[in-house]
Amino acid sequence: MKRRDLLKNIGLGTAGVMVSGEAMSQVKPKVAPVKEIPEAQNGKLRDEIIHDNKLKAAKFFTPAELATITVLSDIIIPADSKSGSASQAGVPAFIEFIAKDMPQHQTPLRGGLMWLNTQSKKMFSKKFVALTPADRLKVVDLIAYPNKAKKEHSQGVSFFNLMRNLTATGFFTTEMGVKDLGYMGNTPNKWDGVPDDVLKQYNLSYNEWEKHLAK
Amino acid sequence: MNDFQIKEQANVYDVVIVGSGAGGGMAAYQLTKAGAKVCLLEAGGYFDPADPKYINQLKGPWESPRRGASTLRAFGDFDAAWGGWEIDGEPYTRKKGTEFDWFRSRMLGGRTNHWGRISLRFGPKDFKRKSVDGLGDDWPISYDDMAPYYDEVDKLIGVFGTKEGLANDPDSIFLPAPKPRLHELMLMEANKKTGVLTIPSRMSMLTKPINGRGECFYCGQCSRGCMAYADFSSSSVLVIPAMKTGNLTLINNAMAREVLTDETGKATGVSFVNKYTLEETTVRGKIVILAASACESSRLLLNSKSGNHPNGLANASGIVGKYLHDSTGASRSAFIPHLTNRKRFNEDGVGGMHVYSPWWLDNSKLDFPRGYHIEYGGGQRMPGYGFGFGMENVNGKHPDRSGKMKEAGGYGASLKDDYRFFYGTDIGMAGRGEAVAREDNYCEIDPNVVDKYGIPVLRFNYKWSDYEIKQAKHMQDTFEEIIHALGGIPNGTKPGADNNYGLAAPGRIIHEVGTVRMGNDPSKSALNSQCQAHDVKNLFVVDGGPFVSQADKNPTWTILALSLRASEFIMKEVKAKNL
Repeated sequence: MKRRDLLKNIGLGTAGVMVSGEAMSQVKPKVAPVKEIPEAQNGKLRDEIIHDNKLKAAKFFTPAELATITVLSDIIIPADSKSGSASQAGVPAFIEFIAKDMPQHQTPLRGGLMWLNTQSKKMFSKKFVALTPADRLKVVDLIAYPNKAKKEHSQGVSFFNLMRNLTATGFFTTEMGVKDLGYMGNTPNKWDGVPDDVLKQYNLSYNEWEKHLAK
Repeated sequence: MNDFQIKEQANVYDVVIVGSGAGGGMAAYQLTKAGAKVCLLEAGGYFDPADPKYINQLKGPWESPRRGASTLRAFGDFDAAWGGWEIDGEPYTRKKGTEFDWFRSRMLGGRTNHWGRISLRFGPKDFKRKSVDGLGDDWPISYDDMAPYYDEVDKLIGVFGTKEGLANDPDSIFLPAPKPRLHELMLMEANKKTGVLTIPSRMSMLTKPINGRGECFYCGQCSRGCMAYADFSSSSVLVIPAMKTGNLTLINNAMAREVLTDETGKATGVSFVNKYTLEETTVRGKIVILAASACESSRLLLNSKSGNHPNGLANASGIVGKYLHDSTGASRSAFIPHLTNRKRFNEDGVGGMHVYSPWWLDNSKLDFPRGYHIEYGGGQRMPGYGFGFGMENVNGKHPDRSGKMKEAGGYGASLKDDYRFFYGTDIGMAGRGEAVAREDNYCEIDPNVVDKYGIPVLRFNYKWSDYEIKQAKHMQDTFEEIIHALGGIPNGTKPGADNNYGLAAPGRIIHEVGTVRMGNDPSKSALNSQCQAHDVKNLFVVDGGPFVSQADKNPTWTILALSLRASEFIMKEVKAKNL
C-alpha cells in the first residue's frame, strides 16, 4: 500500500493540518541556490540531499577495482534457485557508495584488492579477474576461513571478512535480498501474536501471558 | 506558515516557552487550551510525522543508499532525530578526564520523535530515595502528589500495559498490551528459572485509537515517527493540537540566547537568534517557561546574568548545572541455537519490546544502592546496514541447514544459505539503571568557547561512581544467567572490570536530568515543588532539569506529568493574580 493511500485509509482526516495559530519560520538569507532543493523532501533534509548528491557524483573505485569487486561479491553470494547473485542485486555499486560514505573503509578495500592481486600474481602470474573461476577459488580459499588460514594470509582474511560483510549487507537490504530472506514485515497489519503452528513447534503458549491481562 | 521578519515583538505574550519536547509541548498544549497566548520557541525546524516530505516510515532499506546506516543521522538514515551528538557550530566541551556525550534533537517535538516510547511512572520509593538508602536527596513531592497527573497523562497520551500491582512500578490507565513475540515468550519462560520478573511492557503506542489519533498498525518503526500519530511525539500530540486553538505562535529555528529580566529581577522574555539570518530578536512574555532539555535549560539560566542574578538566573543557590545524572546502560547479545531455520512471519509489532523486566531485587541485600530494568530485543527484524556482519563468528560453531559442521566464514551457496538459516536467532538485552545524583557531576559554562551564534557553550564534568559500576557488573551477571536459561550462547567476551562491565559513557542513554533541581530549601535547589524558580516567580523549568533523582525508569512520563502539574499551577496563580 502506498504511504499516501495509507493516510486516507487510517482515517486521519486531512493529510495536512488545519492551523489557525501562527507558525513563523525564519527568513532565509538571499543567497542564490545552485539548485532549488527544498527544506525537506521524501524524508530527507536539504543538507542530507546535498551531501548524498555530492557522494553520488564522486567516484572512488577504478573500473578495474570495480570489476574485481564484482567477481568477488558473486563468489561470496552467487545466484541460486531462490535469487540472483550479488552483482545482479547491485552490490558492487553499493560497495562503491559505502566507500565514499564511510572513508574508513577506503584503504582497507583498496589495499585489500591490491593484496588480492599480488597474491593472485604470486600464484598464477595473472591478476585476479584474469584467472579461471577454479583458480580464483584457490586464491579465495586461502582467506575465506579465518580459523584455518595461514598466518601470512591474515591481512587477506581481514579483507575478505570485510568483503563478506559488505556483500551480505548489500545483498540482503535490496528488494531481491529481502524477498530471499523472507522478511515479512514493513507493512501495516494487526499484530495478533505468534502463529499457532510456530507456538506448537516450540512448545509455547500464551497461557501465562493471558494471566497478566486478567489482573 | 508565514515568513515574518521579526525584530522586536510589540505584543507581550502571556507565556513564552523555550523548547517543544515533552515538557514544552505539554505546557504549550495545556496553556493554549486554557486560553493563554503562548509563544513557543524551538531551536530546530518544523516537523510533522504525517507530512509526506518528512516521512521515512514504511520505506524499505534499499530506499537509502547506505541502507539506513548512521553516517548522517545518529540512529540511522530513517530515524526521526535531526541533530545528534555533534552539531556543526554548536560544540560543547569536557573537563579533563570526563567522558560525556550530549545528544540534541533539533526539531519540533525534540527527542520525543525518536525516543523508545517506554512510559514508566516513578514509584513511591523513587521520590524518597534518601529516606530509603541515605544517598542523594528526597524530592519535595511524593508519588501521591503525582498520581493524578500521571492519570491525566495516561488518558491524554495513551500507554499500553497490564495491571501488575507492583509496589514500586505503579500501574497506569492502560490500553491493551500486544502479545509477546516468539523470543519474548521464550524470555518469559526462561525467566521463570532465573527469577527475573518479566511482564508486559508499558509503552506509548496506541493499541486502541484515542483523542482523534490513529491506531497502531505494528510496523515496528516508531523511531521513524508515525504518520498515523499512533505513537507519542510532542509534535503530533501536543504542539500541532495547540496550534489548532489559535493561541500558539510557533517560531522554529530560534536559538534562545538568554532569559531577560527587568530591574526587579522578574523575567520579561527571551532573546533568541534567528538561525538563518543570525539576527537577534526579543520575545516578551509575562511568564517564561524553559523546557529546552535539562542541560540546555541550565545553559540558558547560567547565561542569563544580570545585576540581580550575578550567578545566572534562578541560581542564588549555585546548584544550576549540578547534580547532572544520566541512566546507566550496559548490554549483551546472544545467539539462540534452537531458533535456527525459523518459520517466517511478520513479527514487527510495535517499535520496541512487548515485554520487559522491572527491577526485581532488594538493594539492601546488594553491593549497589539503586536498581535497573531490562529491555529486550530480537526477532525477525528488517535488514539494514550491518545485516549479516560477523557470520564468520557464528557459522563455524553450529551445524548448518544440512546438519553438518563446517569451517567458519566461507563463501558461495552454502554461505548464502547461512544468512537465511540463522535469521532471527539473535537476541539482545540492555539494562537501564538509576545513577546516584552527585553535586560534583555537573555542566557549567565554558569560560572560553562560544557556539556559532555567540552563545557560551557548556562544559561537562562527570564520573561514574562505584555504585554505577557495580550495578553494571550485576547487569552482566544477570544477562549471562538469562542467556543460559534461554539455552543461548552469549556473543563475544563478557565485559569486565577493564571496561566498567560495558557501562556506557554518561550521556549515551540520553536520559540526563537533575541540573535545575527542585526542593523546599532555596539554598539547595533552584525550583520549588511546582517547578517554579525560587528567585524568579514568573520563571518555570519543565524538562528533566527539575528531577532530584531519576529512578530506574525512563524520565519522559514524569516530565510530562510534572509539566502538566506546573501548567495547572500556573493557571491557578494567574487566576489568583499571583502571576
